[in-house]
Amino acid sequence: MSLLTFLVRRVLHSVFVLLGLSLVIFVIARVMPGDPARMAVGARAPQWVVDRLREQMHLNQPLAVQYGYWLGDALRGDFGLSLVTQRPVTTDILEFFPASLELVFFSGVLSAVGGIGLGTLSARYKDTWIDNVVRLFSYAGVVTPSFVFAIFFVLIFGFALNWLPIIGRLSEQVTAPPAVTGMMTVDALLAGQFGTFLNALRHMALPALSLAMGSIAQEARITRSSMADNLSKDYIASAQALGVPERIVMGRFLLKPSLIPTVSILGLDIAATLSIAFLVERIFNWPGLARYGMTAMLNKDLNAISAVILVLGAAFILANILVDLIVAQLDPRTRLRAARSD
Amino acid sequence: MAELADVRRDAPTTFTVQQIKQLQRESRRENLGRAWYKFSRNVLSVVGLTTVVLLTLLAMFAPFVAPYPKHAGPFTDFANAKIPPSWEHPFGTDQIGRDILSRSIFGLGSSLLMGVVVLALVVPPGVLLGLVAGYFQGTWTDTLIMRTTDIFLAVPPLVLALAVASVLEPNLFNGMLAVSLMWWPWYTRLVYGLASVLRNEYFVTAAEITGASTAHILFREILPNTLSPIFTKMSLDMAWVIIIGSMLSFVGLGEQPPKPSLGTMVADGARYLPDQWWIAIFPALTIVVVVLGFNLLGDGLRDMLAAEGV
Repeated sequence: MSLLTFLVRRVLHSVFVLLGLSLVIFVIARVMPGDPARMAVGARAPQWVVDRLREQMHLNQPLAVQYGYWLGDALRGDFGLSLVTQRPVTTDILEFFPASLELVFFSGVLSAVGGIGLGTLSARYKDTWIDNVVRLFSYAGVVTPSFVFAIFFVLIFGFALNWLPIIGRLSEQVTAPPAVTGMMTVDALLAGQFGTFLNALRHMALPALSLAMGSIAQEARITRSSMADNLSKDYIASAQALGVPERIVMGRFLLKPSLIPTVSILGLDIAATLSIAFLVERIFNWPGLARYGMTAMLNKDLNAISAVILVLGAAFILANILVDLIVAQLDPRTRLRAARSD
Repeated sequence: MAELADVRRDAPTTFTVQQIKQLQRESRRENLGRAWYKFSRNVLSVVGLTTVVLLTLLAMFAPFVAPYPKHAGPFTDFANAKIPPSWEHPFGTDQIGRDILSRSIFGLGSSLLMGVVVLALVVPPGVLLGLVAGYFQGTWTDTLIMRTTDIFLAVPPLVLALAVASVLEPNLFNGMLAVSLMWWPWYTRLVYGLASVLRNEYFVTAAEITGASTAHILFREILPNTLSPIFTKMSLDMAWVIIIGSMLSFVGLGEQPPKPSLGTMVADGARYLPDQWWIAIFPALTIVVVVLGFNLLGDGLRDMLAAEGV
């Protein structure tokens, strides 16, 4: 009941935030120097073509009216044509989004497994050399930008060791599985082509790891400190004194409450990888939404820029709501607080 | 305790304004001394501070320190292109024969400049809005300000910064502007949280009762108590802004060639991997070192202020 109220309130708030974001994007797109109609048809088109297009795009009307038209179209999923691909932006986004989603999903798995694993290891062997190595690694991970990681990985795993491919989603000799979801690994499994699945996975390794490094480091730090805090609590000592097996104390009593801060940050980090992907997808030539957005930005393709930012904003907000729900599941205190405040 | 009592007995019961000011100055100096002692006990914090100071000096005096100051401009020397690291060129030379060490030093300058300018543009309005929203919590002013920050915080700052920078003419100044536009809400939110607690403190109530102006309450009563978290955040944010700035210039939306910027140098150098690895790697390492410096400094400040109990 209280959870439902909480959810409804969050969704209403999100709708408001998205509306505000659309206004910000509209202002950014319109503040730009230059005539959107002229840019759409190119410099050599005659003036009357531009004039007619201006009329069609409602550019001669007040900004508020223009925003109304733009928002109406956007709500119907119509963001206009992309200047770069000359196709509807919505078609482009539907085509490129699965590749990004796949990448972000795998990098999220890497962050969760790597971060929680390293953090637990570090807390378990606190103040030993293992702990020091993990902490050093976390520090390096936090201060190194993702694109620098990407370049180091390309150099080390791609060129020097020659272990992993550094470009694209599949090797050239491998034929792509029939597109169902647009996610290469899922499609390969659906088609029962295990070799293709492995090939796609290998292609994903370096970009996903580059995306995940920062958040692995962050998660390891948070997990370590929160486990170290909880480790000195009385209920752990009493469980140990009562002779509860160490495995259960660590795995059940300690890990669950310690993961609450990790999960809340992890969710935000995964959503934020969508933005870091702007650089990483470019480096690895990954045909995802972020590379599409980056190309749009470098070509001042306003329709595509607006749509990509709006989609990313929606994804980010959705992730926030999901995180809140998961934390409420993990942490009974949050649920109680929500119930009491109603 | 005993000492305190002794001091009280000897001390005059009334103070002149000058005496109070003198006492305040002394206690402030004492606090500062204690803070510095705590800060300097941590080796890593001192390493961070030293790194930041050294790199800043290096960047400020770049024209005198860099071995080949001319190489920071439109300079080509194809005879000496792609030379691996050596004594003459410790970081090697790039694809058109420019000394990478010299260019990294100049690039460091524009990174640091970006950090300083962005923070100077962002902190005053961000803090002001946070103070106002926090003090007038529950009013429509609060709602208006905080709902606006929600909108800006709904998208990762990098994406909006990239969008704004791409819409404007690509150069260092517009890059700073783009990042600044996306950064102020973080300060508003930080100060809002602090101010909405502080407004209920007795010293604020006391000021209200004695009829102090709103400006006095905001800037003289509440603001001083929010400074330490703000300074800590600024130090850590220097690192973040430098990272975001290098990302902007990595995709070509920052400082334009031939002026050196670390992100652009990494992007250019990436095309010459793996054979001429030094072209990309040394500018990349420069970014890592300066970001590391600010992070260590920021962590040191945070620990120091946490120990002070503020």
